[in-house]
Amino acid sequence: MLGIRAFRNIFRGPHYPDDIFIQMDVIGVGSLFIVSLIGLFSGIVMALQMARALTQYGAQGQVGQIVSITLVRELGPVLTAVLVAGRNASGIASELGSMKVTEQIDAMRALGTDPIQKLVTPRLIALATVLPLLTIISDFIGLTGGYFIASTMLGLTFSEYWTSAWQILEYNDLAQGLLKPLVFAIIIALVGCFYGMRTTGGTQGVGRSTTRAVVTSSVWIFVLTAFITYVWNRIFVT
Amino acid sequence: MTPGDSTILRFEDVSLHFDGTAALDHVSFQVSPGQTYVVLGAAGSGKTMLLKVAVGLVRPDSGRVWLFDQEITRLREQDLFDMRARVGILFQEGGLFDSLTVAENVAYPLTNQRVLQHAAAANSNGNGAARTVEERVRESLRFVELEQTLDKFPNELSGGMRRRVGIARAVVAEPALLLYDSPTAGLDPITANTIVALILKERDLRNTATIMVTHRYQDGHLMANFRYNPNSGQIERAGGGRDLSQVSTKFLVMNEGRLVFEGTEPELQGSQDSYVRKFLRAGGA
Repeated sequence: MLGIRAFRNIFRGPHYPDDIFIQMDVIGVGSLFIVSLIGLFSGIVMALQMARALTQYGAQGQVGQIVSITLVRELGPVLTAVLVAGRNASGIASELGSMKVTEQIDAMRALGTDPIQKLVTPRLIALATVLPLLTIISDFIGLTGGYFIASTMLGLTFSEYWTSAWQILEYNDLAQGLLKPLVFAIIIALVGCFYGMRTTGGTQGVGRSTTRAVVTSSVWIFVLTAFITYVWNRIFVT
Repeated sequence: MTPGDSTILRFEDVSLHFDGTAALDHVSFQVSPGQTYVVLGAAGSGKTMLLKVAVGLVRPDSGRVWLFDQEITRLREQDLFDMRARVGILFQEGGLFDSLTVAENVAYPLTNQRVLQHAAAANSNGNGAARTVEERVRESLRFVELEQTLDKFPNELSGGMRRRVGIARAVVAEPALLLYDSPTAGLDPITANTIVALILKERDLRNTATIMVTHRYQDGHLMANFRYNPNSGQIERAGGGRDLSQVSTKFLVMNEGRLVFEGTEPELQGSQDSYVRKFLRAGGA
């Protein structure tokens, strides 16, 4: 129900553009550093692991391809979403939970404002916008980390690495890599808001809601990535 | 009186249960324009729930509620938002938005309610509307003597100041009905009397229908026996006999969700109901 009402409100006034931009700043800009850092190190680790295995077969030139496919299809979207879930599903649940237990959400309703319109829809729009962008940034920085290892340990040139990394990607890889963060964004926003808005039991209740929001959204991210990958392969890979 | 007659609020046989426990048990009463109701009761007697049901924040299990002569029991939440624009509410802890400044909190009903936004757009244009909101916010904060706190955040204020800002927010849109949920709970006696004096002032200046929920009999006694004199700017004891303020102030006493008394203060003091007697003795009547 929360999801249906939140989506319906996207097309129904009043709109709160200021709240959307504030949430984009809090979620997007606020998560940029940690997402970049994790992206960088996941690219480095991936390249290190692959370098060892590929060198045995003399195929170290393919490290760019493997890092690229793994990051764009799977690791980039999932790691970015899990980080954003840990940082922002908890933030959303605790903020809305605190508002609930201090009667601020009741006050909002009493003052004639739809709390779903004012609180949930802006967070949903903001997350659906910034999570794909964060994923693209994370993917690129991860590939850069992979290049650092490829050039220093495997002796690959700039063009050898980036050409193979780029050429291996097909349009459906890019589409899959962007569809996943969009779906994860919806899950993170709705799960965070859901647990926040049904918080009861004072400050202890806020803590419980926060924990549940992070655990539930993280589990859903892994379940959904498996599901999307399975369906995607059935449709696009013969 | 039939539901078609002019009433501000009417409860008809309203019941509400949580986990098998009655929060409201067949409650019926009605509030007319300009009337004051003081709802007395101990903690957990259903007072707060009565206010929440009155504006549709909680739906009753059975019975019907009319607000401004419109039955709200089956109204959709979307339709209730516009109805609530005509009601001012002070929540027990103030219910202020802690991420907004005092000025933004007080301006909230004017800037976020569709009905009031449309009214402002119809009356003015461009900067005119913005100026009106700022003027009304200042006027409302001046009313509670907190004009100097415009740019502060709620967590920078004392408990009593937060309630006063809550009152400023409740009255800024000049509603036809004001609901106060335990406005003096947890406050020292001097601050509590200041809060009740502000409630009196608002009631007598605008003749607003008022429902005040409280566990302190003294608050109800002040509401029934004192009035704001606009000429002197002071709260004064109302005259004797059938003085208007006493006649228009009624008391409801609630016990475990049931309405055990409804009447004027003299009738309350003469009540033989054991719970009412106990409540009055505890309140020092």
